[in-house]
Amino acid sequence: MLDAEFFRRWMSATADAVDREAGRLTELDSAIGDADHGSNLQRGFAAVAAALEKERPATPGAVLALAGRQLISTVGGASGPLYGTLLRRTGKALGDDSEVTPGKLAAALGAGVDAVAQLGGAKAGDKTMLDALIPAAGALGESLSFGAAREAADEGALATVPLQARKGRASYLGERSIGHQDPGATSSALLIGTLADTAEAGA
Amino acid sequence: MSGGKLVGIVLVSHSASVAASVAELAKGLAGGKETAPVAAAGGTPDGGLGTSSELIAEAARSVDAGAGVAVLVDLGSAVLTVKALLAEGDELPDGARLVDAPFVEGAVAALVTASAGADLDAVEAAAKEAYDYRKA
Repeated sequence: MLDAEFFRRWMSATADAVDREAGRLTELDSAIGDADHGSNLQRGFAAVAAALEKERPATPGAVLALAGRQLISTVGGASGPLYGTLLRRTGKALGDDSEVTPGKLAAALGAGVDAVAQLGGAKAGDKTMLDALIPAAGALGESLSFGAAREAADEGALATVPLQARKGRASYLGERSIGHQDPGATSSALLIGTLADTAEAGA
Repeated sequence: MSGGKLVGIVLVSHSASVAASVAELAKGLAGGKETAPVAAAGGTPDGGLGTSSELIAEAARSVDAGAGVAVLVDLGSAVLTVKALLAEGDELPDGARLVDAPFVEGAVAALVTASAGADLDAVEAAAKEAYDYRKA
């Protein structure tokens, strides 16, 4: 079972990972975006970590809802409302339980991913964060293995390289967006990777 | 008409100066004396390029007279942030609505219509109509 403390550790591990990888994310974003993905997410997740430290929400759902809200209000770019919606909807789907099973998290994450698709109007293969999140949520739902979700997210992010972007700033580049890994799929793989790390580290 | 109360207009851009200038332009072209309330929410709170949910919420509250608020946006995160705030439910005033319209032309049409005392549906329709005006 996963409690609020687990979700706080996941978010704080994500803040650390984003901090560590900010340069790489911004580098990927400078190829096909506006070169702010790393710094935007860094600012957002630093605010998430600070808010969770201060407010200490009592349930898994409340942890993710607070994190999502912080991202929407502090990021400033499109990744704010997108990641904010992902976490908030996932949190909402978890409800008020004080502990959740991996199966329940998998279903909730699926609901969060659907909400992201709806907000951005994107689908699989558009070279967006969904290309990592959809396979990750699918793998988690099928196997209930966080390691399998991480693997699926990493593969999904890598598989964005040959795709042509059809959403967001990168879509203006047309064919010139081909050959670059999508920054949003990369940061999504990071988020799923820290989930697996947190699960593997145990209590 | 909406009981004497005017629909408010919020203009959300990635740039503070774009949002403020479009508000000025719309006010100038809406002409005459009194116009409906219009507020600009451009850029991030520290003056950078981007979208700020705080500035949007603040702008929406400042123009809300109870007749609804039409929110016009430029692109990318401006669109997504307003949609996410509306989905949140309690961040924007009741009757706030994202209006799908070209930013500059839609702002002018919305403000002229709102200033004439039209309701939110009519303001939205006028702003959307700007998409149908072909320039070439």
